[in-house]
Amino acid sequence: MTEVDEMNGNVIEVSDLVKKFGELTAVDHVSFQVREGEIFGFLGPNGAGKTTTINMLTTVLRPNGGRATVSGHDVLHEALEVRRSIGLVPQEYTADEDLTGKENLLLVASLYEVPKAEARQRASELLELVQLKDAADRTVDTYSGGMRRRLELACGLINRPKVLFLDEPTLGLDVQTRTAVWNYIRLLKEKYHMTLFMTTHYLEEADNLCDRIAIIDHGKIVALDTPTALKESLGGDIVEIHVDRPAEDGLAAALQAIPNVKQVRSVDGGYRLTVVSGEETAPLILDVIRAHNLKATRISIAKPTLDEVYLARTGRTMRDQEGSSEDAFRQRVITRRARA
Amino acid sequence: MSGLMALTGREIKKWYKNPFVLFISLVQPIIWMGLFGKAMNLGALIPANLPPGMPNPLVTYLGVSDYFSYMAVGMLSFVVLFATMFSGMSIVWDRRLGFLNKVLSTPASRGSIVLSKVFIAVIRALVQAGIVLIAAVLLGLVIAPGFNPIYLLGVFAALFLMSIGLSALFVAIAIRSTKWETQMAIMNLLNLPLLFASNALFPTSFMPAWLQDIAKMNPVTYGTDAARQLILLTPNWTSVANDFLFLGVFAAVFAAIGIALSWRYLSK
Repeated sequence: MTEVDEMNGNVIEVSDLVKKFGELTAVDHVSFQVREGEIFGFLGPNGAGKTTTINMLTTVLRPNGGRATVSGHDVLHEALEVRRSIGLVPQEYTADEDLTGKENLLLVASLYEVPKAEARQRASELLELVQLKDAADRTVDTYSGGMRRRLELACGLINRPKVLFLDEPTLGLDVQTRTAVWNYIRLLKEKYHMTLFMTTHYLEEADNLCDRIAIIDHGKIVALDTPTALKESLGGDIVEIHVDRPAEDGLAAALQAIPNVKQVRSVDGGYRLTVVSGEETAPLILDVIRAHNLKATRISIAKPTLDEVYLARTGRTMRDQEGSSEDAFRQRVITRRARA
Repeated sequence: MSGLMALTGREIKKWYKNPFVLFISLVQPIIWMGLFGKAMNLGALIPANLPPGMPNPLVTYLGVSDYFSYMAVGMLSFVVLFATMFSGMSIVWDRRLGFLNKVLSTPASRGSIVLSKVFIAVIRALVQAGIVLIAAVLLGLVIAPGFNPIYLLGVFAALFLMSIGLSALFVAIAIRSTKWETQMAIMNLLNLPLLFASNALFPTSFMPAWLQDIAKMNPVTYGTDAARQLILLTPNWTSVANDFLFLGVFAAVFAAIGIALSWRYLSK
């Protein structure tokens, strides 16, 4: 892999990438690098620009600006070389329902010009890997959502890619199937040393699976680091306290003055505080509330999660986000097919 | 090439695994022939005893003395028109279901995506036209006495060129579309006008001059004329050659446009 060595171990290099759809800037001057052999996650709500980024890196969409290379090749000028070196597991269930699992794999193999005998060999290995051997000769319309997702995964691997792109790999799946898909993804990294680029809007998925995460919001990267470092960057635990009536002006400043309190933020019905040690600081917070003649109605202490990181970086929670109607339609279709 | 064969193979498999779709697509033209073709019995207008020396006006206008045979050959064009329309629909579905993006991320050439849609439409159109032709003969189509089985090759060559051009046209219309409803509306807007503004159901000589002008630009007219001359009449070879020339240019131009658009628009 000489191309990769020349790039200091970066399999994907993106600088100032831009994609516009009419007035809307879907991806807005995004830059990042993905190292060889890591699982890199793109985390953000629907419509944040995750799929658009994947589409540009997989040469499906042409960027309006900036530059991106995948395994050493420019996505715009060396698209064919890029296509040969990557695999894509799209968000949608793209396997043909009228064909069997094996026929679908062989179809994708011939799109990559894998010779027939070789393709058969690889197809049966991959069906074994994703535990679909028994279902190989059944048409895909008889598959469950989890089986389809595993077949998509196998289709993305048929050309033995250096980099695998996974777009929302667990969208619409139940908890057990999701865990199974995570295990396959880890296996690809650990056993085959594959580089994986994945998008997700599930925080726990990004946290569990990814070596590094880029949080993307309105087409911009607002944070990029390991999950642990992102959580530590908040500076401590989250204490949320609700009070019985609206507080006077001085309360926030008084809370801020408590040692170990790093940040105070108003939320509906109370405050959200970032503190160094939640358990020890909570009593001090209660004292200040009482001193202002208020009564605490509810208090919670949480270790920071990516949820808090997301809130801190974007000012909103993931759940507040709404995608376009086209996104909503696509997600409904995928969810319906996943549960079929 | 491997990509083109794989994509066309996928379409063929999808087609023969759903014989119900083939059945449904045959029902419509056969109902048209059986009901419209038999009910529109223009022969009933002709007095039983024509004065001696007066030619049968049906033969003058249609070339044959029964309307059923005339329109049954027109139904071959009808079948081609409807079969090729779905080539556009299926590219919209491939886009909608994400299959198109998946293919675009592989080394398969962009042109092969369009060509596979054109090829499957041509294969479906020709198979369906063959079945409809057999049905027409069973329902009473009168073949010209001078008919030579080799003429069938000519009939299918004409239908082949017509389906290449039409399916490339419909794929070109669909190539940027993400909504199958839009596509459906466009198809419904185009299909009957293309059929009526041609000689498929009635001779153009029945039509007002402006409609004749439109029919003269309509590929359906040329495909139908070639098939009709070869099956029902004593072929006028000059006019058959003219039909083939028009159909050949039509097919070449629209296939080129379809491939050019696929390069331009499949990767936005």
